[in-house]
Amino acid sequence: MRHTFIDGIVKNNMVLVLAIGLCPTLAVSTSAYNSLGMGIAVIFVLVFSNVIVSLLRNVIPKNLRIPIFIVIISTFVTMVDYSMKAYVPPLSKQLGVFVPLIVVNCGILGRAEGYAYHHPPHYSLMDGLGIGLGFTIVLFVMGTIREILGQGIWLNIPGVFPGFCVFGKAFTNSSVLLLILPPGGFLTIALLMGLFNHFRGGSK
Amino acid sequence: MLQLSPAPHISSSKNMEKIMYGVVLALVPALVGSVYFFGWRVLFLTALSVLSALITEWTFQRVTHREIRCFDGSAIITGILLAFNIPVNSPWWIPVAGSFFAIFVVKQVFGGLGYNIFNPALAGRAFLVASWPSLMTGNWTPPIGGTLSGLSNLDGITQATPLTLLSLSPRASVIHALNSGTMLKALFVGNTGGCLGETSALLLLIGALFLFAMRYADWRISVSYIGSVFAFSGILYLLGINTVNPTFHILSGGVMLGGLFMATDMVTSPVTLKGRWIFGIAGGLLCVLFRTWGGYPEGVSYSILIMNMFVPLLDRLQPRVYGRSK
Repeated sequence: MRHTFIDGIVKNNMVLVLAIGLCPTLAVSTSAYNSLGMGIAVIFVLVFSNVIVSLLRNVIPKNLRIPIFIVIISTFVTMVDYSMKAYVPPLSKQLGVFVPLIVVNCGILGRAEGYAYHHPPHYSLMDGLGIGLGFTIVLFVMGTIREILGQGIWLNIPGVFPGFCVFGKAFTNSSVLLLILPPGGFLTIALLMGLFNHFRGGSK
Repeated sequence: MLQLSPAPHISSSKNMEKIMYGVVLALVPALVGSVYFFGWRVLFLTALSVLSALITEWTFQRVTHREIRCFDGSAIITGILLAFNIPVNSPWWIPVAGSFFAIFVVKQVFGGLGYNIFNPALAGRAFLVASWPSLMTGNWTPPIGGTLSGLSNLDGITQATPLTLLSLSPRASVIHALNSGTMLKALFVGNTGGCLGETSALLLLIGALFLFAMRYADWRISVSYIGSVFAFSGILYLLGINTVNPTFHILSGGVMLGGLFMATDMVTSPVTLKGRWIFGIAGGLLCVLFRTWGGYPEGVSYSILIMNMFVPLLDRLQPRVYGRSK
């Protein structure tokens, strides 16, 4: 069970290894705070959908499984969406359409189909936690890189905390704008994937 | 020591270092001209750019345990060309960041010399324009003893290079001045505002003629690119869509620098002759489209970068293989 958890973070890392769920990764990782918010939302949805799918795995007919997965996933997404709107409206505004879009996040659907549908609930729970945490870590690292280089600040929480001025004022005033534009997302993710797979090395 | 290699056994005294340093030599006239027009800061920026390119290449090859080949000349060319693409009063870190991006992300990550998809210097420029748009497109200095627009009576109206002037949808008198012989002469000699190395068509042509004579670059790409800019902007001029004459278009901005030195880059241009003609013509068409309807005044760099992406496709236009049907 511990293996399932660790594998979810490293060996089956949703973004860097499986390369699924990339659209929210690219779109949301412009700042560390946004990344964290998205990551936590995904962990919540992934854990609950994995457990429910796994509990119902003997009941769900094979031919109808995808629509049923979607219904289960969208239930939790709706919960997340409304709670975010109620408790952290600025974050919800920042993430925009990408919170409702977790419904069709191929990472979550992929785990339901590829893992939870064939494994008992306690394993599926660990898988959901591991995969979700792996996703959140990558998202947070990307958000950190892009926010620091692209805006010159780190952990800016709109309206609450202005963020750390990492490289000084001079850098903040002339930061690398490209990094918070879409090409910056692709570049960051490509370099991270390359580095990650290089250091993971032989375990192919 | 005997070396065995597969056919063809044609030997040539040309090798990579020779070609690369030939290109560096061909860039010298434009560099000297740039120092004449913009002052000693040109050399400072160019040196920083080259240094940054060399250090990035050396560090990458060292860290990844590759053969250290940073002095093969290609990094020096990238450094010089990138410096040619920035305005003269850029802060010192602009060429450093641009060269770093060009060598690290565009060249070395893809596998080093010969494997890069995009021309490193141009991609470096695209990176700089996207990251610091105000410094790269609104930061011009007039040449020493000259004016930004190349015309003494226009600088009072607006502080802009010839191309920015054109993109501001100017009045009839301005258009008349842009079409004048004085303007064209200033553009040909290089006595206008612009990036470091792009202003003087004459000096770039001298360097490029040397390259063509030594066969270090293919004249077909340059002729088709610049000719196509001329032809398509001429068509738009005749149709009345474009207000300035085609000669203005090929002499202004980066058409000469791009067409002569960037598009002809051996790694990122097609191998076959047919491919090269298509590469140049389509690139020129894109450049005219960008200049006429695009958001930026200039479109040379993006036109060549886009055509770089088509090179693998164009390379499939092989000559017919004899002895096969079809």
